[in-house]
Amino acid sequence: MKAFAQLFLSLDETNKTNEKVKVLKEYFNAVPDTDKMHMLALFTGRKPKRQINSTLVRTWAIEASNIPAWLFEESYHVVGDLAETMALLMPQSDVSSSKTLTEWIAEINNLNDKTEEQKKEWLLASWAMLDNQERFVFNKLLTGSFRVGVSQNLVIKALADISGLEAAVLTHRIMGSWLPETFQFTQLMEEQDAAENISRPYPFFLAYPIQETSEKQKTPDEVGATLGNPADWQAEWKWDGIRAQMIKRDGEIFIWSRGEDLATEKFPELHPFLNALPDGTVIDGEILSFQNGLPMPFNVLQTRIGRKNLSKKILEESPVAVIAYDCLEYKGQDIRAKTQSERRLILEELQAATAYPEVFRISALIKFDTWDELGQIREQSRDMIAEGIMLKRKSAAYQVGRKRGDWWKWKIDPLSVDAVMIYAQKGHGRRADLYTDYTFAVWDGDKLVPFAKAYSGLTDAEINKVDYFIKRNTIEKFGPVRTVKPELVFEIGFEGINKSTRHKSGIALRFPRILRWRQDKPKEEADTLESLKALLGE
Amino acid sequence: MAKKPLLEFTDKGIYCAQGKFYIDPWKPVDDAVITHAHADHAYVGHKHYLAHYLSKEVLLYRLGEIQLQTVEYGETIMKNGVAISLYPAGHVIGSAQIRVEYKGEVWVVSGDYKVEDDGISTPFEPVQCHHFISECTFGMPVYTWKPQAQIFDDINKWWRTNLHNGLATVLVGYSLGKAQRILQNLDLSNGKVYTHGVIENTNEALRRNGVVLNPTERITQDSVKEEVRKGIIIAPPSSVGTPWMRKFGPYSFGYCSGWMAIRGAKRRRAADRGFILSDHADWDGLISAIDATRCESVYLTHGYTATFTRYLNEIGFDAHEVHTLYGSEEEEASPQPSPEEREPENQGEDINEHAHKILSFGEDLGEAGGTIS
Repeated sequence: MKAFAQLFLSLDETNKTNEKVKVLKEYFNAVPDTDKMHMLALFTGRKPKRQINSTLVRTWAIEASNIPAWLFEESYHVVGDLAETMALLMPQSDVSSSKTLTEWIAEINNLNDKTEEQKKEWLLASWAMLDNQERFVFNKLLTGSFRVGVSQNLVIKALADISGLEAAVLTHRIMGSWLPETFQFTQLMEEQDAAENISRPYPFFLAYPIQETSEKQKTPDEVGATLGNPADWQAEWKWDGIRAQMIKRDGEIFIWSRGEDLATEKFPELHPFLNALPDGTVIDGEILSFQNGLPMPFNVLQTRIGRKNLSKKILEESPVAVIAYDCLEYKGQDIRAKTQSERRLILEELQAATAYPEVFRISALIKFDTWDELGQIREQSRDMIAEGIMLKRKSAAYQVGRKRGDWWKWKIDPLSVDAVMIYAQKGHGRRADLYTDYTFAVWDGDKLVPFAKAYSGLTDAEINKVDYFIKRNTIEKFGPVRTVKPELVFEIGFEGINKSTRHKSGIALRFPRILRWRQDKPKEEADTLESLKALLGE
Repeated sequence: MAKKPLLEFTDKGIYCAQGKFYIDPWKPVDDAVITHAHADHAYVGHKHYLAHYLSKEVLLYRLGEIQLQTVEYGETIMKNGVAISLYPAGHVIGSAQIRVEYKGEVWVVSGDYKVEDDGISTPFEPVQCHHFISECTFGMPVYTWKPQAQIFDDINKWWRTNLHNGLATVLVGYSLGKAQRILQNLDLSNGKVYTHGVIENTNEALRRNGVVLNPTERITQDSVKEEVRKGIIIAPPSSVGTPWMRKFGPYSFGYCSGWMAIRGAKRRRAADRGFILSDHADWDGLISAIDATRCESVYLTHGYTATFTRYLNEIGFDAHEVHTLYGSEEEEASPQPSPEEREPENQGEDINEHAHKILSFGEDLGEAGGTIS
């Protein structure tokens, strides 16, 4: 555990990519193979099952810290991270433990069948033998909130450097579901892929935004200048659903989301068509709610994503279908190296053969001869319930991760509204102890009605200024939330707007974020609820 | 009618009506008693100043020609029947707590303080009083400091590692206080100490005041880069990321501040290394200091005042949050730059003009201002 805690600390202590890779390599070279796999699992989002609920962990931490509960809460708001808060508040330990990461995780997993009393006894004893930094990472393991400031790409790069294997190969090998207890480091490192894992998905290929930021729109001419001859490109709508990879191998089906969550059971409507696919087929596409052959806005799909049990009602109200746009494996062969056009032909063939064309749909190609023409077509995105247009180079292979060059997304301009900040809350992580999470309101007559929360889009310098304003213009405090004198106006961008019965304003925004701080605008000139509702398009 | 308290909080500063003087006023007054020379406590524009004699040269350097009277710790000055005496606050060289007594009633104003002996500032001395006015910059239990020996051990090790890896070493800390504390605790067998002009100006002022500091070399246009890279550079926060600093690259840059205790704040600063080293008292230090005064009541001025006040009341103190003086809690986290931070490249020139601009409380602001970056 000491090595793992040190790894965390060392990664925190540098902002340089090369340094981080070096630190990761040193870690891999220093620890036993089982620790390597556990670290890999943790750093790629495979967190251990939570064995003690966080309310209990918190309660026992307060006990161990010997401070009142309210002071613990206040501290948490200052630190912005529960695991760190607990680590900081407990008394320093005077003994030390040499248990490895693997041993600690085994102990955590062993809590499964223990009583609450036994869990508490174990936890207090464990805390007492860890130093501050160890306790911090230990708490992270325990509460399952494991986020590191290191991308999976860097971890892969370190492993690639050590093993001499290609990064893309390693990325693929660690996709999907595997357990650090059974997947061995030697297996991962073998020259030829030895693991037989029929559920394993391919790494997703992700598009790059053609306009670097949502504020800087590009004209068709500028797009053309970057991309060249229109005839080299395939255009499709950019659908707003759940990106998914669907696998049929050895008579079994698997549906993976982009976040590498196995979501097969969440989409029973898709099972018949997947089961009917030939073995050794992998399809990339977008899952959307459909009604009467038309895609529905994302919020319809959203209502069923979070549900544990899919009731009959939900299945009726928001039935899903797939809009397929790529084929990665065909007849058991990895065909990612084939060109976009070749893969498209195979996909069309598969789709033409399906008995479920309502559910297994194909992403239509948009015909266009000039970039101007495509620019015009893009204006219809909102009517198509699309987010814009996707551009794929016809000669390109299906690559790993977000790569510049062959897949571009050309999103529509966000909708926007000028709104007044009325509440603020402190942020987390890098933004701990700073007011960075804001609630915005628009005018409804002479009242301000909150309609959206947003916490991104400002520069660090702007955040400091807004934080300064909030601390001096607080009207009331409710726990961590402050009511702020309504004065600052921000332009809020969003992708879509829908009716909502859950919100006071009666509307819900999709992806709200701050586009800019309108220091030029007095609060009286912010927009009205009426103007927002007009965007509902009814 | 209740008796008027000996010290009161006004919109100009802490005021003693009986003695007709202010303590650390931030608006021009006739008679000012100054706890220490940081810009948020020592403002320009007062007719008369009283401070500890070790603050003398720094005050003159920062404020220009002022009418300044200096005293030793423990010496008593009478003003209109009120006895004023200064006691060491341990915050920076020359920092003082101000003890005020009239007809047997004793008040102490802490200014900024720390309880750990840093080896260069006269160590903090608890002073018994009826009423204690205390700072609480780090008045949250998540702030607990390790002994400085341990921190300097880490700093010296890091310096050696950088030398080994061919990296220059830049250590960032405030020009008055942190810079000298660092200087006196470096392992000089590693190499020479080079200073940014702003820091060297303060060092020179202190040396004029008779303070003996380890040898330093001011970085000028004539400095030889390769030589400087073999030593260690002490620089103010304002120099971070400037061309001045970049020309010594590749380097590793360390930041010394109490705020480094929190991972988020550390990441915001984007330092290569964050060293948890503060010239303010930590949580336990604040409580033990307040307890040692045996005061009847304590007034918390700046820092996490709301939280700290509530906690002190729960454990049996009569604690009051002072709103009127410095505004609400966390005022320290002001984005107003400290003098150094205003003018990144003002090495060697006169700093007086900066002091004319009104700053909100906290040069140490810099330290206090965990949010500045």
